[in-house]
This record gives sequence, C-alpha cells and structure tokens, in this order.
Amino acid sequence: MLSRFHISKRSSLSPQKAWLIRGGAILLALVICGIITTITTGLNPLDVYATIFQGAFGTARKSWVTWQNVSVLLGISLAVTPAFKMRFWNIGAEGQVLIGCLASAACMILFGDKLPNGLLILVMLLASLFAGGLWGFLPAFFNARWNTNETLFTLMMNYIATQLVAYYIIVWEVPKGSGKIGIINQNSQMGWLPQLAGQQYLLSILIVAILTGAMYIYLQYSKHGYEIAVVGESRRTASYAGIKVDRVIIRTMTLSGAVCGLMGLLLVSGINHTMTTTIVGGRGFTAVMVSWLAKFNPIAMIFTSLLLVFLDRGAGEISSVFSLNRSFADILTGIILFFIIGSEFFINYEIHLTNSAETEGERHV
Amino acid sequence: MFDIVSFFPRAVMQGIPLLYGSTGEILTEKSGNLNLGIPGIMYVGAISGVIGAFLYEQSAAGRPLSAFPAIAIPMLCSLLGSLLMGLLYCFLTVTLRANQNVTGLAMTTFGVGFGNFFGGSLIKLTGSEVPSVALSATSSFFRTSLPFAESAGWFGQMFLSYGFLAYLAILIALFSSHVLNRTRIGLYLRSVGESPATADAAGINVVKYKYFATCIGSMIAGLGGLYYVMDYACGVWSNDAFGDRGWLAIALVIFTIWRPSVSILASILFGGLYILYLYIPTGMDLAVKELYKMLPYVITLIVLIIVSLRKKRENQPPASLGLSYFREER
Repeated sequence: MLSRFHISKRSSLSPQKAWLIRGGAILLALVICGIITTITTGLNPLDVYATIFQGAFGTARKSWVTWQNVSVLLGISLAVTPAFKMRFWNIGAEGQVLIGCLASAACMILFGDKLPNGLLILVMLLASLFAGGLWGFLPAFFNARWNTNETLFTLMMNYIATQLVAYYIIVWEVPKGSGKIGIINQNSQMGWLPQLAGQQYLLSILIVAILTGAMYIYLQYSKHGYEIAVVGESRRTASYAGIKVDRVIIRTMTLSGAVCGLMGLLLVSGINHTMTTTIVGGRGFTAVMVSWLAKFNPIAMIFTSLLLVFLDRGAGEISSVFSLNRSFADILTGIILFFIIGSEFFINYEIHLTNSAETEGERHV
Repeated sequence: MFDIVSFFPRAVMQGIPLLYGSTGEILTEKSGNLNLGIPGIMYVGAISGVIGAFLYEQSAAGRPLSAFPAIAIPMLCSLLGSLLMGLLYCFLTVTLRANQNVTGLAMTTFGVGFGNFFGGSLIKLTGSEVPSVALSATSSFFRTSLPFAESAGWFGQMFLSYGFLAYLAILIALFSSHVLNRTRIGLYLRSVGESPATADAAGINVVKYKYFATCIGSMIAGLGGLYYVMDYACGVWSNDAFGDRGWLAIALVIFTIWRPSVSILASILFGGLYILYLYIPTGMDLAVKELYKMLPYVITLIVLIIVSLRKKRENQPPASLGLSYFREER
C-alpha cells in the first residue's frame, strides 16, 4: 500500500463551507434519485424533476397541501429539538403527537354540545398540552432519576399511545361497527379551529410560523436555552456549574411533549377533523431527522422540512402518474438522508493522505 | 375453554420473526451499535427473498420447482439484501461516525419503503402476467414440516409442525448465546460494546468487531422477514403486513435483558401476547381487544424501568450503546 488515510477532527469549519458541503450532498443525492427514477420509469431525467415539482407546487391546491404538510412536519421537528439539543434521544414524538390528538378529539366529542366554541377550544388546548406533556414527562422523569434508557422508553410509549387511540376509536366509532370515527362534529363544527381568509390551512401554518420564531428565541437567547445547551455538551459540567440537571431534563422534555401535543391539536381540530391511528403517519420519526439535519437550528429546519415534504409529494406524483407504488417516495427520502448523514463526516473530520512509512512511524510513537 | 394446542403453534409462528429480529439486534447492540434500522432491514430481507423467489418461479415458467434452488435462491437473496443494509449502516455509523439514531431511522424509512415499493410494483416492473405476488410453490418448500408431525398428535402439532426456518431461529439464538458468553470472540465483542477505548487499547480491532457483529446481526434479522413472508404468510406479499414487528423485536431485546437464549421463550411469549386478543372471550366488545394489543409494550416498559431501578451491573445496556467511537477523541 502506497498511501494511507489519516483522519482527524476539524477544529472548526465556517458555517458557509459546512452548508456548501451539505448542499453538495443534497445535489448529488438528487442526481442519484433522478437516475433511479429514470431506470424504474423510463422517464427522461429532466421530466422527472419537472414531475416532482408539478406534484408539490403544480396547482394552488397542491401548494396549500404542501405548505400544510411542511407546517406539520416543521412543528413536530421544532417540538423534538430542545430535547435533542440536550442529547436526550426522544424518538417518541409519534406517540406524543398522537396522545395530543386523542386529548383534543376527546374534548370535541365529549364537550361538543356542552361548552361554547371559544371555551371548548381553550379546554382542548389545555388538554392536548397536558397529554403531550405527560407523554414527555414520564420518560424524562425515569431518565433523570434512574437513568432509564430514554430511546427505548419513548419508543414503547409510541405504541401505548397508538393502542389507546385504537381503543377510543372503537369506543367512539360512528357509525357503530365501521371502525372509524368519521368527521367529528361535522354539522355543528364545534371545536374546529377557525378558518383565516377562507383558507383551511392558513391558521395552522401561521401558528407553526410563530412557533418557529419562538423556539429560535427560546433556544438562542433564554436562560433555559443556555442550560439545555450546557446539559447537552456534558451533564457533569452542567452539574458542576450549578445547573440542576434533573430539573432541566424533566422541564425540557415536558415542553417537547407539550409542543407535540399542540401539533396533535392542529392535526385533529385544524386540519383533519377526525382521528385515526395513523394520523401522524411516521412524521414523529421523520421529525428526528429534520431536526438533526438542520443542526437543531429552527430557521434551517424550515428548509429541511420543506425538502423532505417536497420530495415526498413529488415522488407521490411520479408514482401516481406511472401507477407505481406510493412507497417510492420513501426510497427517495431514504437516499437523500443517507447522503446528508454521510456528508456530516466531511464537515466534522478532515482526511489527510499520508504515505505508509509516515503512518508506521506515527504508530510507534 | 382456552385451546392451548391451537394457541401455542400460532404464538410460536408469531414469535419466530421476533426471535430472528431480537437475536440480530442483540448481537448488534453488544458491539455498541443501537441499530434502529432493524424494522427496515427485516422488510428488505423479506422483499429480497420474495424477489429471488419470484424471478425463479418466473424462469421455471410453470414447470415444477426443485427443492434445493427454491430454498437456496430466496435465502441467499434475503441474506444479501440484509447484508447490504448492515454494511450501509456500518459504513455510515462506524466509518463515517454518523449519529446512530438518525441513521437507523433513515434506514427504517428506506427499508420499509423499499419493501412496499417492490412488493407493490414487482409485477408491473417485470411485466409479468400474474395478478399478485403469491409464491405458494416456493412457500410450500419453506413450510415443509417434519414427516412425523401429523402422526404425533398434540405433541406433533405443538412442537414438530413448523418449517425449518423456525428451528433454525432457535439454533441461531442458542449459538449466539454460546458465542457471546462462552467464547473469546464473545468476550471481545462485549468489551467493544462496553468500552471501545479500553478494547482498542487492549489490541482488539474495534472497527472489525462492530462491522462483523452488525452485519451478521442484520442478516439474522433479515431471515426473520423471510420467515414471515415465506412461511407465516404462505408466500403472499402484502404491503405493510409485517407491521410493527421490527419495533417489537427491539422491545424484546430489552425485555430479555440482552440474552438471546432467553429470547427463545420470550419471543413465543410476545408472539402469544400479540395474538392473545383473538383468544380472549370479550363478547362483542372489540375495543378491549385493542387494549390487549398494548400488553407487549407495557410489559417491556415495566421491565425497562425495573432493570434501571435495580441497577444490577450485568443487566444494564452495553455502556457505549449508541455512541460512535473515534480513537483520537479525548
């Protein structure tokens, strides 16, 4: 062997260069995706991208759905971010959103004809925040007190939430025996979030936009945000510095869960007006990747969530045009993710080529 | 009256994919890699086997299949598919030191999508004329049980009525348990998972152990997918039918406290819990059955909590689980 690689950690890399590397990885991944699509469909590569764009932004209706999907994914990603910044591996966003959905649907069904609409929405808000918060609090409490593995704990909580939802769907099913809830309060529209300017999704999009700004300020400029960052770097350092690590963990995770619960409210009462066990549709997991790809920066998350939704909608269009399976989108998403994940290496490390004699020398030192 | 003779074999058949998945994940986690891509890998293992069997059945074009290639081709395809997924995971997390959770979740997205896409589009892509992917001919070879199972009464039905992959799963679990606890390789592997820096200083090739454990673990998990589609589902692929069994396999890893031999009984228990709702007389109340389906997860959660409360050292997760290793760090 003439030469060997030597890998060392980069001391620092300017953010511009880092984003350049990531952009390059995304571009490369898009090219690969184009090639794969061409092979499976026989479409010429330029048409592939045109079709993807058509699928996401082809008509006003499609654009609204795209932005609505972005807002949901972005909202859940914002929710999981504080915990991740603390290196708390919460993969239970799916369950936290779902339990928020359940809480707001329960209020809509149980109090739909008992409370005035404004009060009902307030009750729903409190219930979904509480339910999501509880789902975040439990793993955090056990992790802070007894160091219970949070990844596995939150994973189990997802399925407990799913089965609870499945249980209540059958309890509340309309009509009996259908296994579905149907549109809740279809005639009275009680508990539905109001429409702004005649656009059904506008309010949800605005709420998430405000949430993005708020989360950015919370993480960057508040004392809590600072404590989260320190605990994330090192729990030990944080506790030497007088930060009550247990409290920060529990507080942050409860916040994460509560924001997830809020997204559940938006899904049920703002967007779908019904509840199914698959209403979150894996976005609790995708949010983990969105947040991580954006390096936990809420502003950058707008772009990463847009990228993933854009691809998903576009690949959906390709599969419906060519009567292929809908899962084509997941394959393309997977490929893009692998490239971005791989590109992080070149941001964090640099590779030197050394000849073998030098390397041998180093080894004996 | 609870019919154990008919319940037990169904529990076993539900449990075998979980046993493959959890044995694979235990080996992987013992090397310090938390591979959340296992659900995706099991899908890839299943669909790779299906593609192999599909192409073989197509090439046979109606002639009777012979036993050896009908079993060997799907198995090799399945092993190859899940090996590639394992290599991808290792390349990203070990060589490129990427975050294991994110990589695993991306692999699950990719793998489930890969399985459903090819499962749903295989017929269109190959332009063949069959109405659906039903590989009953190949499946019958996988389902062949021991010759005297029929004549052995209830004993035969409970213990001898399974295809060979079910017995293979138990053998692999026992063998893995032996390797982990009784051999030098197992000792080294566990040390890599506990403290890679110490293992590295002792002259153990950390990268090699992580690669081998994770790739072999992936291949074992992939066989679980193959068993599910070829034996349990009688060779019929339907999208998303495999469901959340991959996650259940990961739950099983915690439930058994990282012991493949315990996993043999535990996977049958989980398989039983998974279908228990079918056997419990709840009358017309379908809703309660949904709560029974929650049992495996609740029980796993309780085990996870109890293990962390008791703090017994041999029951803890591998200490470096989920962390990438870089020699020059600190």
